[in-house]
Amino acid sequence: MPPRIDVHNLDAYYGDFRAVEGVTISVEPGEVTALIGPSGCGKSTFLRTINRMHEVTPGGRVQGSVRLDGQDLYGRDIDPTAVRRTIGMVFQRPNPFPTMSIYDNVIAGDKIAGIKRRKAVFDDIVESSLRAANLWPEVAHRLHKTGASLSGGQQQRLCIARAIAVQPAVLLMDEPCSALDPISTLAVESLITQLKSDYTIVIVTHNMQQAARVSDRTAFFTVADQGMPGRLVEHGPTAEIFTAATHQATRDYVGGRFG
Amino acid sequence: MTAVIPILRTERRTLSAKRLPRSAPGVAGLTAVAAALTARGTLHWTGWFTAGFAAALVHLLLLGAWSVAVEGRRRATDRVAGILVGACLVAASIPLVMILGYIAVKGAPALSPTFLTHSMNGVTGAQAGGGVYHALIGTLEQVGIAAAVALPIGILTAIYLVEFGRGAFSRGVAFFVDVMNGVPSIVAGLFVFTFLLLGLGVRPFGAAGSVALVVLMLPIVIRSAEEMIRLIPHELREASDALGVPRWRTIVKVVLPTALSGLVTGCLLAISRVAGETAPLILLVGYSARINPDPLSGDQASLPVMIWDQLGKRSGDAGAFGETRAWGAALVLILLVLAVNLAARLLARLTGPRSR
Repeated sequence: MPPRIDVHNLDAYYGDFRAVEGVTISVEPGEVTALIGPSGCGKSTFLRTINRMHEVTPGGRVQGSVRLDGQDLYGRDIDPTAVRRTIGMVFQRPNPFPTMSIYDNVIAGDKIAGIKRRKAVFDDIVESSLRAANLWPEVAHRLHKTGASLSGGQQQRLCIARAIAVQPAVLLMDEPCSALDPISTLAVESLITQLKSDYTIVIVTHNMQQAARVSDRTAFFTVADQGMPGRLVEHGPTAEIFTAATHQATRDYVGGRFG
Repeated sequence: MTAVIPILRTERRTLSAKRLPRSAPGVAGLTAVAAALTARGTLHWTGWFTAGFAAALVHLLLLGAWSVAVEGRRRATDRVAGILVGACLVAASIPLVMILGYIAVKGAPALSPTFLTHSMNGVTGAQAGGGVYHALIGTLEQVGIAAAVALPIGILTAIYLVEFGRGAFSRGVAFFVDVMNGVPSIVAGLFVFTFLLLGLGVRPFGAAGSVALVVLMLPIVIRSAEEMIRLIPHELREASDALGVPRWRTIVKVVLPTALSGLVTGCLLAISRVAGETAPLILLVGYSARINPDPLSGDQASLPVMIWDQLGKRSGDAGAFGETRAWGAALVLILLVLAVNLAARLLARLTGPRSR
């Protein structure tokens, strides 16, 4: 059973600038949660606080708590690299390692971290990860070519395979389809639907149809004005957010009246 | 109904335009050469530089004017700019080709198995024979030691500046690296001379020269490595971070391999730059006609100082054979730098990413 995530009263800062303010939300296990909202509303920043990637940015810091099955990820004894191995991430633009083959890209999490395994084990990890990412049939015959030779959609699925190869419990996706064509988008979306029984998934998207297609729950963020912090307006089952939202701002946004 | 935008353009739109014939640059070129040759004959120019320059100028003016007349200003500008760019390319390669060619021509007669395997021990300027072996050993050792010290320090400093350096300290380091870049080599030599040789009260020795070479190499290595590491896209570091990889392993396994070819270029630049360094070596290493394989004690030869010696600048007497040996040593020095370059390129290619 994948874990649940409970975020309580979380603020995220870039230096002195508070980018996200007072987010409290629970992400249910085995579901896809979509974060939607206009540009600059802090949804990507919030996503990056969940696996402690926000603090990698110079000046980035966080207040509040993020609990993974009850354990505070911002506790003093927590190793951020261990958090990131448990909570994988897929980025907006496909970013395979250019100096590595497709094979090495999939096992990059172990390879770069210096974790040694027998070749047969690595072979298994590569095949099962690529199968899970729906990429295996397309690359099985050229595993030792560079990942840069793939199309954009294939590269993004390679990045998903790389993220799940370290066997995380949670997958964070930051607009994973915004650089892809409709056919590749469809491939990645159906992949998300397949993966949700094994992973807790949080996806940031600009595309409301996509949120409606793939997510079970939707959280709507917005920002009052430039220079103001982004806030979570409301969250709930996707169907409810899209048809019967509580707040006027949410109804306006999903109805296409602003943003 | 009236048009919203008043029609101001009344000329007919055409998609075709008059062009000069394909042979135009050739015709203009031949005319220019003929004109320059005529001028050379009638005006009694000696040498060929004036004639060559005149031919290029006539070609430029002729083709430009012809093009303005037939094709209009835009195409004429294009042609003139093209000629200027080409002329700059030629101008830049002339000294390069001439230096390399001249050294090859002058140095080749000196090259022989004996030249490469013998020292100058007991050979005077009036005698044939002797060779570069002692100087080759010296240069390999002095530059090798300097590279072994400067390249790791330089690359690590660059990693610090890009990956970890924040605030005033990092800016200070970057500033002093730039200042070091402008330090003349003899000043670096003087510094090492004062602190190492006078300070310890010892005679010149090979590794003392290496210390000065390290000072000269560091800013080159740091600057070039910094630029190369900065070019690595931020996304790659993030991808590695997000896999739960410690930062130092990301740098070793992702950042450095991706920047490898650029790093190699920077290191080669630094090595090539100091391999021909002479002034600090005269001060710190001295010169010995004998083979001295120990960089830690005693005067040692090096290729640049051997050139200086063989031209008679050290002893005041080059003799009949000194000049040939100087050119031979220069050729060996250039071939050495070339060999190091090729070897490093090959190594970078073999360890680099596989192509699609």
